[in-house]
Amino acid sequence: MSWMTNALKPIGLVWFANFLTSSIGKKLLMSLSGLFLILFLPVHLIGNLQLLAKDAGVSFNLYSYFMTHNPLIKTVSYLLYFSILLHTIQGLLLWRKNKKARGNIGYAVSALRGDGTNVKAASNMAWLGIIIFVFIAVHMYQFWLQMKLGKVPMVMIEGTEYKNLYEPVVLAFSNPGFVIFYVVSMIIIGIHLNHGFQSSFQTLGLNHKKYTPFIKYIGRIYAFIVPFGFAIIPIIVYGRNNLWW
Amino acid sequence: MKLTLKIWRQPSQNVKGKFETYSLDNVSEHMSFLEMLDVLNEKLSFEQKVPIAFEHDCREGICGTCSLVINGQPHGPLQGTTTCQLHMRNFKDGETIVIEPYRASAFPVLKDLSVDRGALDRIIQAGGFISVSTGQAQDANAVPIEKDVASHAFDAATCIGCGACVAACPNSSAMLFTSAKVAHLALLPQGKVEAQKRVLNMVRQMDLENFGNCSNITACEAECPKGISVSNIALMNREFLSASFSSNDAN
Repeated sequence: MSWMTNALKPIGLVWFANFLTSSIGKKLLMSLSGLFLILFLPVHLIGNLQLLAKDAGVSFNLYSYFMTHNPLIKTVSYLLYFSILLHTIQGLLLWRKNKKARGNIGYAVSALRGDGTNVKAASNMAWLGIIIFVFIAVHMYQFWLQMKLGKVPMVMIEGTEYKNLYEPVVLAFSNPGFVIFYVVSMIIIGIHLNHGFQSSFQTLGLNHKKYTPFIKYIGRIYAFIVPFGFAIIPIIVYGRNNLWW
Repeated sequence: MKLTLKIWRQPSQNVKGKFETYSLDNVSEHMSFLEMLDVLNEKLSFEQKVPIAFEHDCREGICGTCSLVINGQPHGPLQGTTTCQLHMRNFKDGETIVIEPYRASAFPVLKDLSVDRGALDRIIQAGGFISVSTGQAQDANAVPIEKDVASHAFDAATCIGCGACVAACPNSSAMLFTSAKVAHLALLPQGKVEAQKRVLNMVRQMDLENFGNCSNITACEAECPKGISVSNIALMNREFLSASFSSNDAN
């Protein structure tokens, strides 16, 4: 009996606890939290692209004000934090279980092959995920936490005072080491998404010869375009400030 | 052909094993892989040494008893082929071949290259069957089944339960095996009667046997000697989801 079974027993949901703690239920949680993060990324990207507007950060600062004050977005953001934590913790627990299932003695010769996905990425999702989590932690400390704690300079836009998040972001992107760290992290996210996108549909049971090839196709495009869009921003900002583009 | 064979030797389950190197001369390219091992064992017996334990039965590629991981691949390099149907013409003269047992916590090594695959039998016992009343056999065509459905069920039914999917999976997951058995019966009218109970019980048993979780790596499909498709895993996920939320069992 797991802690979840004990917790859900008084309300008659033992079956639901059994479902969530089964191997398929655990993977379903990975799939749903992953799909939510997949939905979130393009929204985040569209916001970030405003860093490229040549208006000294006015549109970006107005956008970040909106994101931190709109009640609907604030509610969804809690779901986002929950999804990141759930996806990370559940992923690490599954990783540990899978390593145990494999046993102590590995193969002397390994010749992993697979169909229709990148087997190297697919079998290293945990490592890729750990790197991504480190990136998210650095990212949230650097921008999100500073914004929340108010350690951000203020700026006047049309007579109203706003937090100037634009300034620390541009400052961070003028550090070549950080730009490289950011771009490499985006490549890792792309590899993780390339497997994760189509894999999440398969886990949900959505596999059909009519639409699975399409899902795989869209997944590959998504896994390229979204990280590419994120990665190009620090490169352009760095270029503008240091190479006089 | 002259071959160098690096073979895993382990006297029993709880004794540490190691690789031993053997050299074998005059191997005919027409021999099957298992016949090559027979020749090696004959030589070892003649030299008063302990022959190598490996599993085999029908030697026709239909029983699922033979196993082995040959140069890192379950059932060797040829796709869609069991070890017994793999012939030595697929190897080069002078080649070194590494032969290992299946590696999974759920498949403990019994001796040398033979492992205990009883976990798969227990998954079948948990629900991989249909209950039929005895009596006069029904006419074969009395229950109409659409051709596409029958073909799909048959494709799933070709699983011989050899466990190559578990051996190939970096997570040692038995999802391909279990899903083939679930799909085979769930697709047919005779299997629909117990479909919900079956998928719940078989997945529960699979989890109890300490197999890993499916990460959709698809190494199982690539190494399966019968070409079982991972679409069966998606089908089992659907069956499990719907049975969890709608079966008559309160738990």
